[in-house]
Amino acid sequence: MPSHDVMPDMELYQPLQVEDAVALADRLGSRAWLLGGGQDTYGWLKDRAKTTEAMIDLNGIESLRGVRETADGIEIGALTTLTEVATNTLINERYGLLSSAAGRVASPQIRNAGTLGGNVSQDVRCWYYRRGLDCYRAGGNLCYADTPEGMNREHAIFGASRCVAVNPSDTAPALVALEASMVLTSVDGERIVAAEDYFVGPAIDIENTTALRTGEILTAVRIPSTWANATFYFEKVADRNVWDFALVSMAVAMKMNGSTIEDSRFVCGAVECKPRRLTEVENAVRGRNRDESTAASIAELASRGARVLAHNQYKVPLMDSLVKRALQSA
Amino acid sequence: MNPKITRRRFIKGVIFSATAATSGAGYYIATAASSRSAGAVERLISLSVNGRTRRVDVLPQETLAHTIRYRLNLTGTKLACNRGECGACTVMIDDVANYSCSLLTHQVKGREITTVEGLRAANGSLHPVQQAFIEELAPQCGFCTPGQVVAAAALLIANPNPSREQARQGLSGNLCRCGAYDHYLNGVMRAAELIS
Repeated sequence: MPSHDVMPDMELYQPLQVEDAVALADRLGSRAWLLGGGQDTYGWLKDRAKTTEAMIDLNGIESLRGVRETADGIEIGALTTLTEVATNTLINERYGLLSSAAGRVASPQIRNAGTLGGNVSQDVRCWYYRRGLDCYRAGGNLCYADTPEGMNREHAIFGASRCVAVNPSDTAPALVALEASMVLTSVDGERIVAAEDYFVGPAIDIENTTALRTGEILTAVRIPSTWANATFYFEKVADRNVWDFALVSMAVAMKMNGSTIEDSRFVCGAVECKPRRLTEVENAVRGRNRDESTAASIAELASRGARVLAHNQYKVPLMDSLVKRALQSA
Repeated sequence: MNPKITRRRFIKGVIFSATAATSGAGYYIATAASSRSAGAVERLISLSVNGRTRRVDVLPQETLAHTIRYRLNLTGTKLACNRGECGACTVMIDDVANYSCSLLTHQVKGREITTVEGLRAANGSLHPVQQAFIEELAPQCGFCTPGQVVAAAALLIANPNPSREQARQGLSGNLCRCGAYDHYLNGVMRAAELIS
């Protein structure tokens, strides 16, 4: 696969204010590419698998960085680095689930550059698509992964519609579990979208992983106090502890009353093109004790309805096991 | 991934792409000064590298690794994978480790860039990490070493007294294909002693 030291020529804009950035995004429309930490972007451009005429670099906008307390929870600027998200005291104290997830992204250097907004808005990692092949997601009319010869070990077991890629984000399941909402800013003002609706599968939009529209910029992530200081469980299973994307990840928030689970959110990553909420598991554990017997009787609900491909059957027991471990480890 | 890529073909590919990159850079210098839309970045910028201010002509799409190696001739920083997956190009931006292959040079205007060349003291003596790596025979082939040195130096700035596990985490973004990881960790632990 050809890769190049130098990216193709492009215009680079470095606005310092959100207003300037949204004005640019509006003016340039689909000609422009929004740049956060760039850790997803540069590969596309170096490989010539995607190109852009113009780049709007959001890194100079100071107001998009940092964690603020709000009347109901916290607001995290979209350009806040993953290292900051993983180590910030406020997030660590109240929303440890998100800290754990952010701390498991890629490698230390990538977390130092990568942003929360970029992590949740990144494109899928299906290698056929990343290679620049004309698959459904790239506007073509076939899928290379879902074929008898296809290499689909990392691909979806839920929600496939022509495309079988999964959402690779580690922080996305945690944000859905915490009932976060995304602030999308454009020249027309702000639009607030629940994290659960921010991520979209191929049946809704096969070319995008998020509900972000052309001309809009993800400026902040808000987390309500609903799940603050709840009992959390996060686990990411990947081939290597560093760099690799999740094979399956599990983000769980539980409100406990003694050893009883009063309410919970179970969200699974890397099994679908969006974080998958396990509502059947949530309903089944309500009012039950967090113990071995609950774990044993409920875990298999996690993967119910899965449709496996040739090489990803292992994701079914893996999903069940992660739910089991979330319910066991007190 | 592709079984047809033999070692010979791979090496030929590397030689070819290096040539292509060199001629490509010349092409951009010759032509890219043409029409830029209003509001886009200026190409002539100042960078603060290893304590010195350097004026340099930088393409909008240029990565920091490219600028450091091919415009400033600081070739201690290595380009290996060029896609944020190996750590050989690690430099410090305001004392924080970053992959220079995965940053645009235009993003680090006004920030302090430290490459492996900038670690030695004013009197020329080695940085404690470099000294410790020598004493512990940390490198084997040495290609990943500049990245390992910078990553370790950044770790010790953030945490001057790391546990071995913290050091392992701190250096986890740097691959070593000789597998000299434990030797590098010995080096980091000794460097921490030298500093304290």
